[in-house]
Amino acid sequence: MPLSSSSSSSSEQFSCRPPPTPPYNPIPINSKMDCSASSQSTKKNSYSLERFLQEPASPSPRTAHKSGYRPHSSMSRSQALQSPTSSVGTYPGLGQASNRRPRLLLMGQRRSGKSSISSVVFHKMPPTETLFLESTTRIQKDPIQLVPIFVLERGFIANIWLLHSSFMDFQVWDFPGQLNFLDPTFDFDHIFGELGALIWVIDAQDEYLEPLSNLHTTIIAIQRFYPAINIEVFVHKVDGLSDEYKLDTQRDIMQRTQDELSDNGLDNVQVSYHLTSIYDHSIFEAFSKVIQKLIPQLGTLENLLNVLCSNSGIEKAFLFDVLSKIYIATDSSPVDMQSYEICSDYIDVIVDVSEIYGYDRKPQGQVSSPTSEAPSETQQEEEEATLEASSIIRLQNGMVLYLREINKYLALICLMRKDSIERQGLVDFNVQVFQNALQRVFEVGR
Amino acid sequence: MEERKGRKKKVLLMGKSGSGKSSMRSIVFSNYVAKDTRRLGATIDVEHSHVRFLGNLTLNLWDCGGQDAFMENYLATQRDHVFRNVEVLIYVFDVESREFERDLITYSSCIEALRDNSSNARIFCLIHKMDLVQTELRERLFNERRDVLESRSLGLSITCFQTSIWDETLYKAWAGIVYTLIPNLPQLETHLHRFASIADAEEVILFERTTFLVISHVTRSSIPNPFPDRFEKISNIVKQFKQSCSKMASNFTAFELRAAGFSAFIDVLTPNTYILVVMPAGAAESATTLMNIAVARKHFEKLERDSSVRGVEKLERDSSVKGVETGGGGAGGVGEKDGIYGN
Repeated sequence: MPLSSSSSSSSEQFSCRPPPTPPYNPIPINSKMDCSASSQSTKKNSYSLERFLQEPASPSPRTAHKSGYRPHSSMSRSQALQSPTSSVGTYPGLGQASNRRPRLLLMGQRRSGKSSISSVVFHKMPPTETLFLESTTRIQKDPIQLVPIFVLERGFIANIWLLHSSFMDFQVWDFPGQLNFLDPTFDFDHIFGELGALIWVIDAQDEYLEPLSNLHTTIIAIQRFYPAINIEVFVHKVDGLSDEYKLDTQRDIMQRTQDELSDNGLDNVQVSYHLTSIYDHSIFEAFSKVIQKLIPQLGTLENLLNVLCSNSGIEKAFLFDVLSKIYIATDSSPVDMQSYEICSDYIDVIVDVSEIYGYDRKPQGQVSSPTSEAPSETQQEEEEATLEASSIIRLQNGMVLYLREINKYLALICLMRKDSIERQGLVDFNVQVFQNALQRVFEVGR
Repeated sequence: MEERKGRKKKVLLMGKSGSGKSSMRSIVFSNYVAKDTRRLGATIDVEHSHVRFLGNLTLNLWDCGGQDAFMENYLATQRDHVFRNVEVLIYVFDVESREFERDLITYSSCIEALRDNSSNARIFCLIHKMDLVQTELRERLFNERRDVLESRSLGLSITCFQTSIWDETLYKAWAGIVYTLIPNLPQLETHLHRFASIADAEEVILFERTTFLVISHVTRSSIPNPFPDRFEKISNIVKQFKQSCSKMASNFTAFELRAAGFSAFIDVLTPNTYILVVMPAGAAESATTLMNIAVARKHFEKLERDSSVRGVEKLERDSSVKGVETGGGGAGGVGEKDGIYGN
């Protein structure tokens, strides 16, 4: 018990301290806009993350609007093109009301693997099935997660998928051919104005000089107006390459980019590189790192996890986004790939089993009612249960995986030894405290 | 001892070279992941393997290399040797094969040899590598192929499955095949039913331990589950997870999930089986269900040991499925309630 009390007090400390606030005032969210911009399901939880995760620093979109960079004609044209049923109000939301979540943009040459990445990471598509993905020329209709927006620009067709994932906006933007930044009809602000990170995908198994020069053009153009956007380069499709070759490729790409940027007088641009493949966990790992940079409360989250770990005998704790299997925070002990992989596979098991058995049993109420004799208590239990699922897996080598659903999107996964779980009551209690603290962190963030 | 011998079942695995016989075998019986099967080379002649299944059932698996020279050999000089005493013939067709007509001719000769040597053998045809076909077309293509195969089977009854090593269809097919071989199945099912009703479970599934193939299942839920293929799906899910556990040089022993509408438990039942118990929400504390499984464990172990002894009646008399009563008690309406612990 002393353990747990110390945990609670210290976590309160953390939550009392206001988390780093973004340097600008969040623009008041128009409630109507808000509802339409987020998918139907996101409103159920009062403390869902998305509201509080703001981009750390992007130039205020309002001012950018006034600068007149966005020609009126193109705006109305693209608005006219969107399907009325799928995304009324979503499109303007892009420019105005959606600075609530980190927004990612995935760019790259044709066939570099952008659609595959988004299908695998955000859609749980088995990597092998991405072979069947057609090149992105038509809109894939997905009622839940992907809100397709079709933008016709001069000279190329761009297909933007807006993904209302758990706590981030995610766009895949596919453009064949050269992007002309000087074209006045190019709706620059619309695309980059709200961006947290630009992910550029390069096919490492292909000739990459041309894509690289496109990348350079893009970086240079973006840097002028939006220096706050994180530039992330995914050196993709590295499965099948030898370790040496992988690193050589990465080094070469880094070197060329560095040279090109300093030639243009941009010496201080931070560009991060990740070796990725959809056939293993590297793509998730890379996304985790990208996302973590965009979460202003990261430090607080890490501290909370540290406190939780030290007080409950937990070896490693991850805070996962369930849908995408991206971890948004972990305690400060080093992450080893193995424990990440097993946690991520654990989520798969939970999600799959829940999908199979989590069907609606409402009509069953009449069947089960005669057996439940203490209605008030069981009902309360049920209500609690709907809030958070919990699970334990015991492994033969004495390790235990512990999962607790934190809210609709987030799950806490802990790795611990068998003896720690023997005091499961304590662990449960500490996790509950952690959960409350987390909720308060996000409330302050609001 | 003699009975032990009798329980060795000869299973022939045949099909054209490269159709995926060995890949399938390694995934189901040797814990390979689908990806790893790339490493497998061609099978030369016949590879024999003995797979202990459920402890007392041994599958004598003949993985027959499918190159034409071998095939001719099986059908000519080794005809008797290969096709005698066969319990099950599994014939694998590559859905992408360009010479389907030729495959059919070989298939027919195999069926003929089988009919001559072991007329009681069951025949399973697997239309394999279905993942290479677009999802919408799969069902139609499968039906077409099945009709052709049925017409070419010399009047013998065959069972067809569409399979792919990349999804759960593989487990469906193999569970279907193995199901026909389990000796004391009706008995096992009776006891599983009784366990399910005592534990007040919504669904109970029994898995073989190493292969995680479904042996039997009991569903008591009144609302039909929207996933009719959930059994093999779970096989697949757990197998995948076992694989990732093995990366940590471990294996998983128990799984417990409490979610909004249900709670699920996977635990070791006997040395050869795992059990999955799905409880409706709020029906019982986790500890109660775990206790139920622990109590049932002894009983099922005994059942497994005794299964060599014939006579269901004897077992019926012996059986005293002990259980912890759950909920209000209405559900556990089984005669023998000795050893019931109240909560």
